[in-house]
Amino acid sequence: MSGTYPATWRRPPQIITDRRLRIGLQIGVLVYLVLAVGSLEVNWQRVSEGLERGQRFIMGFLQPDFTSRWRDISQGLVESLTMTLTSTVVGVLISVPIGIGAARNLVPRPVYLVCRSIVAVSRSLQEVIVAIFLVAMFGFGPFAGFLTLTFATIGFIAKLLADDIEEIDEAQAEAIRSTGATWLQLLNYAIQPQVMPRLIGLSLYRLDINFRESAVIGIVGAGGIGATLNTSIDRYEYDSAGAILLIIIAIVMVAEYGSSYLRKFLQ
Amino acid sequence: MTDTASLPADWSYRSRATRLAIWTGWLALVALFVWCWQVMTETTIWAFVGDAPRQAADIGGRMVPPEWGYLPELMLPLWDTLNIATLGTLGGVVMAVPVALLAARNTTPSVTILRPIALFIIVASRSINSLIWALLLVTIIGPGLLAGIIAIALRSIGFIGKLFYEAIEETDPKQIEAIQATGAGPAEVLTYGVVPQVMPALWGISVFRWDINIRESTILGLVGAGGIGLKLNASMAVLAWDQVTVILLLILGTVIVSEWISALIRRAII
Repeated sequence: MSGTYPATWRRPPQIITDRRLRIGLQIGVLVYLVLAVGSLEVNWQRVSEGLERGQRFIMGFLQPDFTSRWRDISQGLVESLTMTLTSTVVGVLISVPIGIGAARNLVPRPVYLVCRSIVAVSRSLQEVIVAIFLVAMFGFGPFAGFLTLTFATIGFIAKLLADDIEEIDEAQAEAIRSTGATWLQLLNYAIQPQVMPRLIGLSLYRLDINFRESAVIGIVGAGGIGATLNTSIDRYEYDSAGAILLIIIAIVMVAEYGSSYLRKFLQ
Repeated sequence: MTDTASLPADWSYRSRATRLAIWTGWLALVALFVWCWQVMTETTIWAFVGDAPRQAADIGGRMVPPEWGYLPELMLPLWDTLNIATLGTLGGVVMAVPVALLAARNTTPSVTILRPIALFIIVASRSINSLIWALLLVTIIGPGLLAGIIAIALRSIGFIGKLFYEAIEETDPKQIEAIQATGAGPAEVLTYGVVPQVMPALWGISVFRWDINIRESTILGLVGAGGIGLKLNASMAVLAWDQVTVILLLILGTVIVSEWISALIRRAII
């Protein structure tokens, strides 16, 4: 009897059950890929010329030169690190009131809408684009970078803090409220103990992100190690560039492990 | 009966020593902040900072009204940007999957040698932003879309690899054991035990990364890696701020649409 069944089994499609739609999508993807690859204009001659440079870069990465440009590198690093710390501190200080204002369960609706739109603006603008504008306004250097990172921190911390406040245990807030506490006392005794560990964790995480970003916004003139990196690549000094990249990777690794250790310790 | 006279009259949450330690910690942070602030602003020219509101008003005044006639010219760069993001994500996924398989504790062939290498690849790719990759690649293989695509792909390895290897480590060992019990070899265990469990995660992660890559690819042109950022750079170089407004609005629109598409796809998968 079993001979009438097929010998192999195929799992039926899960998401798109209509066969025609599925084939249509597959053809669509194929057509897109052909068009996209077709519209690439690659100058293969230039690429093959570049391969020799690529090899030199890899050699530079394997034998990094920390010494000959150390003065520039250390200056860039100091700028990046100070920029990272100051912008995280200021950004967190500003984003706490905004985050509280963006929590639906604490404030009246107009305040909520204003704070949420501040968060949305800060999140939708990319750091590099913000940096371009701030450099145009405030001049080259780490101060523009500091402002950029502060601006980006506000959107990040305020949004996550507001989401966290909205998810607190209402029973505790209710208990404090029923003692006749004012709004500020409610904030201090019901909200703050519940969200503080997470706020500290988020701030440490943002410190880590801000350092990574500080390496990028230097490319558009906002100071820091990115500016040094840009200069070294422009001069084709790949061994110095390799050294800078290795330093960035090392600091990011240390920051990541350090912050995850600290977060575990605090919670 | 306990002797209540020796206890303090007021209850406090923390002991004196803890409070002192916490207070010292905050003081240290404030001191560090002040020191960093001083080091950072050493070279700042405050005249420029004071001038900033006037500059902002000036730029803002030039940015409106947007020059909408510039919009048709931006369609080709926008198509290029979308291609950079999509092909870059594809390349990133293709490279990230083997790295993730080597990095996951339950699928790696060697914990002592290959796993640390795979983890280093993931960390290195994650800590270097795509703009820096693009900067490097533009000097190596020349300006153009290819540099942008490779930059996005290299940056995506770390992100996709990290999330994907965590997904692999979270697979249900029972299903894998069941496949092993049928006498399947390592490759068959992978295809029938691991892959069906992690496929939805891989789709979700890839679409999520695609969405981020759309954002990142819009600015890669600033260092010469093609796309709409090239136009942004050109418009800013000639101080055509009314064109810059159009480009920024177009980027914002693209980002919102891509975020919406990615949310839609992820909801369909999960």
